[in-house]
Amino acid sequence: MAKHTLSVLVENHAGVLSRVAGLFSRRGFNIDSLTVGVTENPQVSRMTIVVDGDEYIVEQVSKQLNKLIDVIKIKQLDKADSVSRELVLLKVNADASTRSEIIQIVEIFRGNIVDVSKTTLTIEISGPTEKIEALVDMVRQFGIREIVRTGTIAIDRGNKIIEIDNT
Amino acid sequence: MKITGAEALVKCLENENVKVVFGYPGAAICPFYDALLDSGIMHILTRHEQGAAHAASGYSRATDKVGVCAATSGPGATNLITGIATAYMDSIPMIAITGQVETGLIGRDVFQEVDITGATTPFCKHNYLVKDANDIPRIMKEAFHIASTGRPGPVLIDIPIDMQIQKIGFIYPESVNIKGYKPTYRGHLLQIKKVAEAVKNAQRPLICAGGGIISANASAELIELIEKCGIPVVTTLMGIGSIPSEHPMNLGMLGSHGSYGANNALYNADMLLILGARVGDRAMGAAHDIAKRAVIAHIDIDPAEIGKNIGTSIPVVGDIKESLKKLGEISTHGDKSHWIFKLEENVLKNQKHTEIKMESTTVNPGYFLDRLSGIIDEDTIITTEVGQNQIWAASHLRIMNPRTFITSGGLGTMGYGLPSAVGVKIGRPQAKVLSISGDGSFQMSLQELGTIKQYKLGVKIVLFNNSTLGMVRELQKLKYCGRYSAVILEDNPDFIKLVEAYGFTGERISSNEEIDGALDRMMENDGPYLLECMVDPEEPTL
Repeated sequence: MAKHTLSVLVENHAGVLSRVAGLFSRRGFNIDSLTVGVTENPQVSRMTIVVDGDEYIVEQVSKQLNKLIDVIKIKQLDKADSVSRELVLLKVNADASTRSEIIQIVEIFRGNIVDVSKTTLTIEISGPTEKIEALVDMVRQFGIREIVRTGTIAIDRGNKIIEIDNT
Repeated sequence: MKITGAEALVKCLENENVKVVFGYPGAAICPFYDALLDSGIMHILTRHEQGAAHAASGYSRATDKVGVCAATSGPGATNLITGIATAYMDSIPMIAITGQVETGLIGRDVFQEVDITGATTPFCKHNYLVKDANDIPRIMKEAFHIASTGRPGPVLIDIPIDMQIQKIGFIYPESVNIKGYKPTYRGHLLQIKKVAEAVKNAQRPLICAGGGIISANASAELIELIEKCGIPVVTTLMGIGSIPSEHPMNLGMLGSHGSYGANNALYNADMLLILGARVGDRAMGAAHDIAKRAVIAHIDIDPAEIGKNIGTSIPVVGDIKESLKKLGEISTHGDKSHWIFKLEENVLKNQKHTEIKMESTTVNPGYFLDRLSGIIDEDTIITTEVGQNQIWAASHLRIMNPRTFITSGGLGTMGYGLPSAVGVKIGRPQAKVLSISGDGSFQMSLQELGTIKQYKLGVKIVLFNNSTLGMVRELQKLKYCGRYSAVILEDNPDFIKLVEAYGFTGERISSNEEIDGALDRMMENDGPYLLECMVDPEEPTL
């Protein structure tokens, strides 16, 4: 199964998120991640949904989402032609003997250390999912205490934008 | 001048030309009911909220208007649910108005509070929770627009009691502009041309007509097309009435409970044009195999239906009426008589002759419905329950016009037939309205006999009584080795006495020779009437 990224413009109302989430569970679609935030137009929010499935599933997801009155526009983002990012906070075990090694690894991934204690380090890292997976893999040996991920957000490369038709 | 939210609601209904509301009051919807008193809108008090929703949906189906139902918060609202889901599955326009507890108390689990917008989201076209009474005119305008356009469906509006009391300035909007709701009406011409080409090139083309033909009022266009191109038609359960039963090109209903003629045609077709049908499992179980044998073209107003259940080579998104008109214009005259002759030959070869004995101890439902078909006029409106009665009615009744066969096709809701007949009779008072039922489903909504009595509705009920839940019994007989579990309705009440208490005339027959006389007596009687037919529990639908 492949991952597909959908950008969905929705009305910025209460209840829209539950309609979208409910649709996924009712139709048996799998969401990898779903993020939502307001756009440059305060009446409109933008969701980025990463769906796991084949072409049939993605087409059905798009069509069923389009039927929701609160969904304004949907676009499937092409992986090669879009930029995607995820923000992650990672708390790993670290003491005097491992701290500097972890810091070096984080530097290689261009992450930041945002908090430190006698026994832990908290790492901030953003990037495409693959990069994050690679870092997580590298620090696993030290013992991961907690991971918090925002889920993927994505945007088209170049001057393309997702516009609302006002016809 | 400022008016209350409740008064605004009523004004909105008046603006939408609503003549009748089916409902059941309660504390949280009282301001609305109070405002309703001062309007010309008729209110029909059903005996259960589910009856109100079914009546509104029956009204919609028979009249092509938007039926409206109302209920209070909590249990009133939840009782509407089955009716809303029934309308949703059959794409029936409907407005449901529910009272809600005070805005400030929402979420505190107060008396008769339920999250009805949350509960109905999966089977509503859309719903609203009013958070500011000033939004009422816009919401109502949008609700009617959404319910009745595109692929129709039910819309629910939940109104907290304080919103019904709040005063607002009332202006009813003239138009709606919903960014996320712009149905495509005009089918793509290039695609329609491809359909015409595929029909022309096919040796054995077939049309599957669904409920979309009826909701789009496209029967005339359908008939024109098939007569021009010589394509035979099968219908889904929801498509019954889209083309007269007696039309020579109508091969009947397809599917697991359909006719041999229809299924044989589907099996042999090399091109299938699906019109306003969603390829449900009961109609086309082996959709995958059909797509291997035939070129599939699909016209539907809902893009999500195309490709959902069957692989489609020629999709057309658009209004069926417009699309068929276009298709009819660009199609060339065709002669597929060889194919139709072959189909007729197959039907003749497989015809089963069952002899009907007049002196019997039970009534043969198929024969009964054949006799009934002979005496009802074309405007008689039939409603059915769900179960064997529905399949017998669908297979035997002569249905000549759209909107005269009212049935719960998608959800398969028992207890639909009687309350929907209430709505039908209110909407079409001049038409004869006949509810076909079984003793199981009849007892699911029989409290609506009270509604029929109160409003003096001349609804006729045919009750096939076999003292079992026949459809499930038949399933258990065929698939569960005849181990009958919970399907015997032992010790049924005396239905004649029961309906007499509600002012009905009742008659019971138990032989085929009594049918004609009993039918005459029923049809001559203008009042509410129940004709109970004793049926052998072994009588199958398959």
